[in-house]
Amino acid sequence: MPTPPRPGARPEPIPGTTLFDGDAARKGYHLNAMCYSFNRKENREAFLADEEAYCRRFHLTAEQRRAVAKRDVLGMIAAGGNIYYLAKLAGIFGLNVQDVGAMQTGRTVEAFRQFLLDQAKGA
Amino acid sequence: MAEIIGGYFTSHVPAIGGAIQRGDQQTPYWKPFFDGFPRVHEWLAKTQPDVAVVFSNDHGLNFFLDKMPTFAVGAAAEYQNEDEGWGLPLYKPFKGHPELSWHVIEQLVADEFDPVTCQEMLVDHAISIPMELAYPSVAEWPVRLVPIGINTVQHPLPSAKRCLALGRSVHKALASWPGAERVVVIGTGGLSHQLDGERAGFMNPEYDRFCLDHLASDPDALTRQSIHEMVRLAGTQGVEVLNWIAARGALGPAAREIHRNYHLPISNTAAATVLLEPACGVWALRRRSPRP
Repeated sequence: MPTPPRPGARPEPIPGTTLFDGDAARKGYHLNAMCYSFNRKENREAFLADEEAYCRRFHLTAEQRRAVAKRDVLGMIAAGGNIYYLAKLAGIFGLNVQDVGAMQTGRTVEAFRQFLLDQAKGA
Repeated sequence: MAEIIGGYFTSHVPAIGGAIQRGDQQTPYWKPFFDGFPRVHEWLAKTQPDVAVVFSNDHGLNFFLDKMPTFAVGAAAEYQNEDEGWGLPLYKPFKGHPELSWHVIEQLVADEFDPVTCQEMLVDHAISIPMELAYPSVAEWPVRLVPIGINTVQHPLPSAKRCLALGRSVHKALASWPGAERVVVIGTGGLSHQLDGERAGFMNPEYDRFCLDHLASDPDALTRQSIHEMVRLAGTQGVEVLNWIAARGALGPAAREIHRNYHLPISNTAAATVLLEPACGVWALRRRSPRP
């Protein structure tokens, strides 16, 4: 008897896209928990005062710690980070979603903004 | 029964809140988006709703990934906004309508949905920004809130078909509510956008147009794609259109579009603003005929 497909088994991957699913949610739990803590001002300040200690408190994996230290957004996503939570971390560094978009697509912020504006032409 | 005066749909990009606070509405970047709202203000002044049933998704304010409900219904007497991590000025609190919330919950469970019920719930920019856009510079909101949260964050997400059915069940609840409230149903978020990954910055005007063209007349057309296909077409965060689909269901069987504004980009997002009114289909006429 053929093995039934796993419920939710995915069709073709979407290029440049990681679905935040159960695997990612498990993998990224500590990183996302740390980012969630940044809803509180005192936690943002504690992170800025001693990033290493703050990351340790949340039991980040080595992969997650490396990605945070390098401000590597794609690395954080690969380590299970969810963008809604990572946006709270980005905010600590004064980065908005265009900055984060530029970092992920290897563009300058100016070029990323232009990329967004250019899409209006086809609309 | 409560009267459903119509549906209001708009995007909820956090940057819109910043533009409002800075008074940037008439700057070249923002004007094409804010130009969609005078019509909304006129319509709300004319229709005077006093309850808003709002379908939206939380962005890590009320819910964390420790407990992530697929559907959540607020049943609180009051809803507060809190710091979402950026230290921005807080949005005004909302008065709730717990009696109507519980009536909605009763109907949903009777229809075999399994919502999480929340007697305490924080509301984030996904509710506050559409309300700021609808009611600029009011001291307090003129509507009481029934918030309905849909998980658009952590897959597996509920299907579009399920979200439309959820909305239709909410419609049944509103239709059987004995009070005389005037209800606006609201769907927030979208349209196409993607914040994460190498595909960040992706938008899709063609798919957005498909959604907008079918929202009033044939919302079932929006439910034929799998979530995976919707992510491909709308972007990872473009799936927030699920909130629109659910709100469309809550509006009732027949609807007509009375206003549409579409503009991109706002921040990283293709933004749209739509007003729908219930249309007098056969079913609606029957429902409205006087009781013997």
